[in-house]
Amino acid sequence: MEEREFTAASFYRLLDRKKLMGSRCKQCGAIMVPPRPLCGQCIGDEMEWVQLSGQGKLVSYSVVRVGTTYYEAKGYSRDNPYCWGVVQLDEGPRISALLLGADLSRPDSIKIGQPVEAVFPDKGTEEGERNPVTFRFA
Amino acid sequence: MVQRTKKLARGVAVIGAGMCHFGAFKEKDSRDLFVEAFRATLGEVQKGIDPREIEAIYVGNLSGDCFEGQAHMAPLMAEWVGLNPRPATRTEDACASSGVALREGIIAIASGIYDIVLVSGVEVMNKLTTAKVTDTLAAAADAIYEVPVGATFPSLYAQIATAHMAKYGTTEEQFMKIGIKNHANGALNPKAHFNVSIRDIMSSRIAKAKERGGPIPSWADEMEFLKDPSANPIVAWPMKLFDCSPITDGAACAILVAEEIARNFTDTPIYIIGTGQASDAQALHGRKDMTSLKAAQLAAEQAYGMAGVTPEDIQLAEVHDCFTIAEVLATEDLGFFKPGVGPKAAQEGRTARDGDKPINTSGGLKAKGHPVGATGVGQVVEIWEQMTGHAAQRQVPGGNLALTHNVGASGSTVTVHIFERR
Repeated sequence: MEEREFTAASFYRLLDRKKLMGSRCKQCGAIMVPPRPLCGQCIGDEMEWVQLSGQGKLVSYSVVRVGTTYYEAKGYSRDNPYCWGVVQLDEGPRISALLLGADLSRPDSIKIGQPVEAVFPDKGTEEGERNPVTFRFA
Repeated sequence: MVQRTKKLARGVAVIGAGMCHFGAFKEKDSRDLFVEAFRATLGEVQKGIDPREIEAIYVGNLSGDCFEGQAHMAPLMAEWVGLNPRPATRTEDACASSGVALREGIIAIASGIYDIVLVSGVEVMNKLTTAKVTDTLAAAADAIYEVPVGATFPSLYAQIATAHMAKYGTTEEQFMKIGIKNHANGALNPKAHFNVSIRDIMSSRIAKAKERGGPIPSWADEMEFLKDPSANPIVAWPMKLFDCSPITDGAACAILVAEEIARNFTDTPIYIIGTGQASDAQALHGRKDMTSLKAAQLAAEQAYGMAGVTPEDIQLAEVHDCFTIAEVLATEDLGFFKPGVGPKAAQEGRTARDGDKPINTSGGLKAKGHPVGATGVGQVVEIWEQMTGHAAQRQVPGGNLALTHNVGASGSTVTVHIFERR
């Protein structure tokens, strides 16, 4: 794993293996999620892979009734909305995630600060398809 | 890092600004709208200008590539207004594309390389279906880490809205008030995409229902209309249809000149005394704070510093209300109101035309329309009309200092400009 480049391709391959990964700066210790080859804090260029616990809390969210064509093709619509949000990981960094397990008919029932945890649904069938980062309400 | 207050090496003034009618035009392409905006602009130059005096052209455009199958927009627009072979440069920073064109024009004149420059923006969005427009705009977010989880622009601003609601107790009703205010202004703007108030939209729906003989809606006022999901459906909760700017076709231009020659063209040049631009993480998750745009605060700081003025001095502003929550952020990030106070200030009418801080007298992106690449210069058109005293029914008093605020995507680019009438 140490040899993998700090790219989106690596991140999504590892996600398919049920690992939520970031990169840690060997110079200042900052953790980057998604992973990147240059530290976003000190511009240090020596990074190492770090696996995240997948535990976090909700920072923001939206219940989407007019989605992208990709989501519409998956069957989401005005009557079948989906929810995504920004999650603050216990390790500090934030990541955008598809959110499962909320009552989408009552969007104001979702509370910011609620604990969430990463889940790893089975890989999509399309060759090369990137499965979204997915969390559920814990 | 100590930031030195930057100054322009020489002064720059606007001598005319104009736009085409904003709207949805099945039979018009970018070049057509651009010519309309160019002609309107020439018509604004009080003492006249020979267009051949223009030395360079900057064109803001987000995605002619996807919207119209047309890249390389700048030399094409130059060609259609007779400005070839002058250097023509496209700027692309999402919805701040022409705010950046404006800034590049200012910098070019200040550098001494040109004396007279055309800055502009153009976007034709209605050739695509709404779904394809949603995809094309989403490409201005982080295509690898935001779009795959289902990010759309309404849902990106909805994230900011839910964070703002949780932190400050902001309500959906407060967002609705901003839409009502901007439509009321747009109703007085003959070039607006939605030249109509929400009250009038409501009344015409009731009239249509009566005509059809179906059930007649019982909305007592605009707020009831906006709270009815059949009239104002959720797009990305908490953002509803009337929280979102429309899909608009349009073009806007402004002619900038070196300060020392400005009065050759007009007795009422408008001087650009401050310019600022900043960038931020493309994805919302890359930022520490969700309830403000750091890039807006930094761009504003630069512009205020250069101009030597404070937020209290600004008498009117055109801000980037691509969604109602975005106007809230703008009024807070620009320092007009303290963090969290923006919604209350709007609710109290302080940002209305007769308020102490009129915001978006043009109707804003919400009602005037948001042809994304044209918006930054489109804002200058309103400031020009207000400061030269010909904004007709929209005219507000005291236009000696004004500001424009143009945001790219969810805040990864922001430009701020300050204008002075002397």
